[in-house]
Amino acid sequence: MAPAQVRKYVTVVEEILHEGGPPPAVPRKRAAVAAVVENPFAGRYVEEIVSLMDDLKPLGIEMARRLVVALGGDARAIDGYGKGAIVGEAGELEHGALWHMPGGYAMRELLGNAKAIVPSAKKVGGLGTRLDVPITHINASYVRSHFDAFEIGIADAPRSHEIVFVLVMSIGPRVHNRAGGLAAKDVKGEDGLR
Amino acid sequence: MKAAIRKIVTVVEETLVEGGRAVSPPTKRAAAIAVIKNPFAGSYVEDLAPFFDAGEELGQLLSERAVAALGIPGSSAESFGKAAAVGGDGELEHAAAILHPKLGAPVRRVLGKGASLIPSSKKRAGPGTALDIPLGHKDAAYVRSHFDGMEVRIADAPRADEIVVAIAVTDSGRPHARVGGLKKTEIKGEDGLH
Repeated sequence: MAPAQVRKYVTVVEEILHEGGPPPAVPRKRAAVAAVVENPFAGRYVEEIVSLMDDLKPLGIEMARRLVVALGGDARAIDGYGKGAIVGEAGELEHGALWHMPGGYAMRELLGNAKAIVPSAKKVGGLGTRLDVPITHINASYVRSHFDAFEIGIADAPRSHEIVFVLVMSIGPRVHNRAGGLAAKDVKGEDGLR
Repeated sequence: MKAAIRKIVTVVEETLVEGGRAVSPPTKRAAAIAVIKNPFAGSYVEDLAPFFDAGEELGQLLSERAVAALGIPGSSAESFGKAAAVGGDGELEHAAAILHPKLGAPVRRVLGKGASLIPSSKKRAGPGTALDIPLGHKDAAYVRSHFDGMEVRIADAPRADEIVVAIAVTDSGRPHARVGGLKKTEIKGEDGLH
């Protein structure tokens, strides 16, 4: 199968300068890149689908690269990530699951072999469907200050035979995080959890 | 009045395929969106001049951000548009005071020219509302290939005492435009219409 054909890329960058209380010294940044691609399995049941994972690898690498650029170009500054997929209505939720490997490992590699599992969300939906993509710390899933989510959607996607694949990265914890738990400075970074 | 900005969001759409046909080169459009405090929320204030100055500041900031997100010089931008959404405790007139008196001049400076009226839309709405930013050619409003719109939304804005202000800029018209009318190659660019 050929590499995934992209109809459209959408890049969203948020720079948060203020969120109640005093403005943070450094604004927080979060970004998402979404790619709208054809779903080769739409409209019928296909048993063997894992080959698409390899076809999506170049897309994952390209999207991760775009995210780092969107966040200023320094991969070392990035400490949060997440991923997701919205499968058009002629497809199956299972098609969205094909994104776990190519999407996740593209980011982990680019961010210096990040240790934590990349949190994810997926759904079947129509044009304009919004997805809350979960975000956690790249090296330790339990870092409480970095639990977050990024909402994204595209007005004209996914069409019934398309899939929207999403990657999200962030720099810094929630503004004024003060809910306790494991702090980023205390991460051991061995098991991806703590 | 200087705008108290809580958050800046940029969105870039890059369309590579439309109607199953490649778009070459891909079309790009970008929006830069600021979430600002509405100091007049919840009260009737006669003199809205402070918003005029905030509009001027945002015209500069947001058009620069949008052009940077497109990765082109301002003079290469082809179409533009603006929009605002006032949170629940504000007036529609607050959006007008930001968008209309002074916002346009710095936008035109950033884009090199811009003889056309900047097409606009406004509404009062809650967090997550969709803004459809109308788009038209920056030098000749009748260029039919550039009539378009870009939908943007921010999940957590506008709060009741906030205003969302957006500027959209493109490097091209609609992909595969073919409904005739004035072409961009035929522009006189003097009266803003033809």
